[in-house]
Amino acid sequence: MSLSTHNLSVGYHDKAIVKQVDLTIPEGKIIALLGPNGCGKSTLLKAMARILSPMEGQVHWQGKNLHSIASKKLAQQLALLPQTQPIPEGIKVKDLVAYGRSPYTGFWGRINKDDQVIIDKMMEETGITELADQLVSELSGGQRQRVWLAMTLAQDTPYLLLDEPTTYMDLSHQVELMHLLRKLNLQGKTIITVLHDINQAARYCDHLIVMKQGEIITQGSPESVLTQKLLKKVFSLNAQIHQDPIAKTPMCVVE
Amino acid sequence: MATRSLPILLLALLGLLVANLMFGAVSIPFKSILEGFQVGNANYFTVHEYRFPRTILAMLVGAMMALAGALVQGVIRNPLASPDVLGVSHGAGLAAVFYMTFFPDADIRWLPAVALIGSLIAALMLWWLCGQHSSTIKLAITGVALAALYASCIDFLMLVKPLEINNALLWLTGSLWGRGWNQLSMLLPWLLLIPFALWLAKPLNLIHLGDDSAISLGIKANKLRLASLAIAVGLTASCVAICGPIGFLGLVAPHLTRKLVGGRHQILLPSTMLVGAILLLLADLVARTIDPPIELPAGIMTAIIGAPYFLWLLLRTK
Repeated sequence: MSLSTHNLSVGYHDKAIVKQVDLTIPEGKIIALLGPNGCGKSTLLKAMARILSPMEGQVHWQGKNLHSIASKKLAQQLALLPQTQPIPEGIKVKDLVAYGRSPYTGFWGRINKDDQVIIDKMMEETGITELADQLVSELSGGQRQRVWLAMTLAQDTPYLLLDEPTTYMDLSHQVELMHLLRKLNLQGKTIITVLHDINQAARYCDHLIVMKQGEIITQGSPESVLTQKLLKKVFSLNAQIHQDPIAKTPMCVVE
Repeated sequence: MATRSLPILLLALLGLLVANLMFGAVSIPFKSILEGFQVGNANYFTVHEYRFPRTILAMLVGAMMALAGALVQGVIRNPLASPDVLGVSHGAGLAAVFYMTFFPDADIRWLPAVALIGSLIAALMLWWLCGQHSSTIKLAITGVALAALYASCIDFLMLVKPLEINNALLWLTGSLWGRGWNQLSMLLPWLLLIPFALWLAKPLNLIHLGDDSAISLGIKANKLRLASLAIAVGLTASCVAICGPIGFLGLVAPHLTRKLVGGRHQILLPSTMLVGAILLLLADLVARTIDPPIELPAGIMTAIIGAPYFLWLLLRTK
């Protein structure tokens, strides 16, 4: 209900990558955006995060055009973790995470006690507490990804938009991240994430949205979406669908 | 880091202020400096009319150029960016030389306005060539090319109109020679830009994280970029109008400061002003005392330190 697109076309340099998409994000779920490279899933996410302006159509937040809402106010509702981040020079981990509180602080960016509690909590959740005094530029790719995630979480928004958050992470941190997302979801957050790994999406997400060439092909629960036909059609893959022996979710195995 | 660096920087600034009053063609003992401010004292002319305004001017110009550099580096997110690298300083320089060449009898008081127009045109030119959404590296390379173009236009003017150019030549190397109360009063109104620059500290922190994150955190990235660059252009133009393009100060000072106090702009911006002031005071002190009574332009001193630093940065960033 809260986040929706209406006949949305968006892209770069006058070339539409997402084409006339109507989508309503189901509230209170973990939603995965799936599709082959260049299908427009990241572009759609960026449009929903108001990074890109629509070429046609609109994105609505609570019934209002996203671009008509005061940016600081919207920053208290929607947070985005971009796919790639520049490496800031001379910034400590704790400072970067504290930047996540910016939508709530005054003009000089002073952090109060409540802010500090949230910052500390998010550093703990993402397992970066012991990195607090290190420079962000000295961290490994996976560590840096977790620091950025902590900053995004410190923004403390009901909606989280994540663009391939598992990039650079080793497998154990990927699993930890997916568990953390579920924990945040149970606290009431709606999470929209672009994922590459179909099986990861099927196992940890409630709702899958599959895109191809800028259009939404299908969406729904992992059980209803993941079919042999779909994998063939969207990913040009010959694959079988089996049940994950542990999570009992569908799982695709490439032939 | 920041808490330790600030007192040291302040002490260094204070020390250099005093040293700039004491040393030069004639050395004045520390005790006699205060007396030099009294009308009729033997050192009144040297201290009050000559060294004091020049010292204050060096401090302010150094601080403003460093601040301009920090603003540009902040929004361009490129360590190689600074008003001189982006061609803004040379744009101001070209406008000023043009003015001095073709209107040799005109009032020197118009120079800041002329320089501002020149640097604004240079900035708009860069904006127009690169567009709103260009990559930072494209911006930097285009800026360097434009700076070279303006520099050759300056050379051309100086070759075509050699008679009018003595004044310009001295001015162009970036010098504080002969600058006094008049120039200081010309610079004062431009100090108003400093609080506006400090006001941008918080959003500058966020744009450092990339446009996507900054927008997501509630910053209007394009507006911020425009505001920062506009303030930097104003600061640069006013300084160039008075002292000529003092090279590399806007590039080196923010860099050194980032190493000293880190990248948070709430600390970085005030600190870089201190560092800029220290560097220019030091450059001018050395320039005046290395071979008295001959005075070298301070711009040569900053270039001697700045050019290798720029090369080192260039090599480091590949």
